[in-house]
Amino acid sequence: MNLFEALRIAGNGLLANRLRSSLTMLGILIGVTAVILLVAVGNGASVQINNQVQSLGANVIYIYPSNARGSGGVSQGFGTAQTLTQTDVDAINNRQQAPDIVAAIPIAQSGGQITYANQNYFAPTTGTTTAFPTVRNYQIAEGTFFTDDDVAARHRVVVLGQTVVDNLFGSTDPIGQTIKISKQSFRVVGVFATKGGTGLGSQDNVVVAPITTVWAYLTGERGKVISQIVASASSPSVVTQAETEITTILLQRHQISDATQADFQLQSQQDILNQANSIATALTLVLGAIAGISLVVGGIGIMNIMLVTVTERTREIGIRKAIGARRRDILIQFLIEAMVLSGLGGALGIAVGALLAREAPNIPAIASSSFPTPVVSAPSVVLAFCVSVAIGLFFGIYPANRAARLHPIEALRYE
Amino acid sequence: MITLEGITKTYRMGRVEVPALQGIDLHVGRGDFVAIMGASGSGKSTLMNIIGCLDVPTSGRYLLDGTDVARLNDDELARIRNRKIGFVFQSFNLIPRTSALHNVEMPLVYAGEGGRTARAREALVAVGLADRAHHQPTELSGGQQQRAAIARALVTNPAILLADEPTGNLDSGSSLEIMKLLATLNAEQGRTVVLITHEQDIARFATRVVELRDGRIVRDQRSDP
Repeated sequence: MNLFEALRIAGNGLLANRLRSSLTMLGILIGVTAVILLVAVGNGASVQINNQVQSLGANVIYIYPSNARGSGGVSQGFGTAQTLTQTDVDAINNRQQAPDIVAAIPIAQSGGQITYANQNYFAPTTGTTTAFPTVRNYQIAEGTFFTDDDVAARHRVVVLGQTVVDNLFGSTDPIGQTIKISKQSFRVVGVFATKGGTGLGSQDNVVVAPITTVWAYLTGERGKVISQIVASASSPSVVTQAETEITTILLQRHQISDATQADFQLQSQQDILNQANSIATALTLVLGAIAGISLVVGGIGIMNIMLVTVTERTREIGIRKAIGARRRDILIQFLIEAMVLSGLGGALGIAVGALLAREAPNIPAIASSSFPTPVVSAPSVVLAFCVSVAIGLFFGIYPANRAARLHPIEALRYE
Repeated sequence: MITLEGITKTYRMGRVEVPALQGIDLHVGRGDFVAIMGASGSGKSTLMNIIGCLDVPTSGRYLLDGTDVARLNDDELARIRNRKIGFVFQSFNLIPRTSALHNVEMPLVYAGEGGRTARAREALVAVGLADRAHHQPTELSGGQQQRAAIARALVTNPAILLADEPTGNLDSGSSLEIMKLLATLNAEQGRTVVLITHEQDIARFATRVVELRDGRIVRDQRSDP
């Protein structure tokens, strides 16, 4: 008996009970739709996270002071040490020692109320040097960034992110205006172009000033602290080499021979990306597994219906056996029937899932939230289809085997 | 064509052993038209199952067209049924929701043979049902269904045609037609026909009548056609 014939017989059998066949298929359809959709949401989240991290710059490396150790070796917690200095920054900026680094900048953070006219707003103020736009990949939309002169002379100038501009100025042109940060006056010299990105902290909610100015007017008694150094590698592919170079330079400068005792630590966007990706992957797996349960339920539905079908068609099985069908012929007939049910349900489920995934961003409630745009991946489609056919096979074997083992005389007598 | 030697069949019902056939010796030659008669419980159904290779005897030898089929396994029996036996049942036993043509093709499907449609059409022509080829069983009368069943039985060109009460579900008009068809197939094409019936009127069409009682042959008589 060839496959075509088997498919024709299976098709006939399924068409004989259209409602029952459709309902059984619906079980698989819903299961596959759930798998496709939830995995697509997981993928979407992963893509979203990736994009955000990429927008921060895939080649950026952060250097933080490590846990300070007191004389007794008591760790005082992350970021408590003040081990990074301007000379460290200069050393990393030395192209001989760190050929894969484009630029390194010191960062001094300060919070503070920002006011303009009767508007006030809160945003962190970042003190840094002129390489900031290069390292952090910011574009100037209006005005200019501050200059080396501004840094040397501690000029009170700031460059604002778009979010800050929107909140303080409305429609007024901010360039040349004076704002107050912690009651100190600063002149706005430039505005950054919008970078976008949400969730991990908006990149447009920034106020950037010369680091010397921040030290002089904003950090107060905390002094000339560098809370982190940000370096950018010449490309994302050399991030690892760049990290090695930085580590070597800093260990040498801080006179530490044992790398495990380092008083600083590095984190690249790549690390953040990897972490975020592993979280997204776990999320995808969990969502997929939950949806997978409904597939199993659908499979049990198929088994149930196939058992009913075999009982109903006992006489037909007897006839087929009398005219020469072997066990294998009957087995294959019912297995194919089960697999057509599940495969067809799976294919329709993929179609419905893909359609829902595509239409999801057009639903207002989803479009207005930060819900990730579902991304249907080819492997998940292929896998879902294969799994649904396999479910037909797995749950079809028992009923089909039952049919194949019927004795022809008893089957013929069955009413 | 068919040689049965000392065939017995014993059913076990719980602890009790029920002998259905108690030593049957029977030879059916090529071109014979044999009616096997007997009241219910005489063992004729059991004999038919064994001749039809649906069941195997408890003891004895059964040669069908030169093959000893008494000791074959299920799949080998299926093959023998497919190639050498054409069944005609009392209740027609066509496969529902399947056209007459597809029903007639079915044995060829399991035989894995080609040219199925042409051969099935030929068989339908032979039973005079060519114009109903695409009708489903429910769209055919009883007589027509039985004709389709006979076409299905003939399509593999089997050694014997085994008809189990073929007219049991038919009115007298259709019964006559079917019996005439079987007689014609026997007389004109030399088909070997084994007919199982309990009706004298029907057995009359055969050229030889074998009567069973309590699992034994009590009469074996040839009559002139």
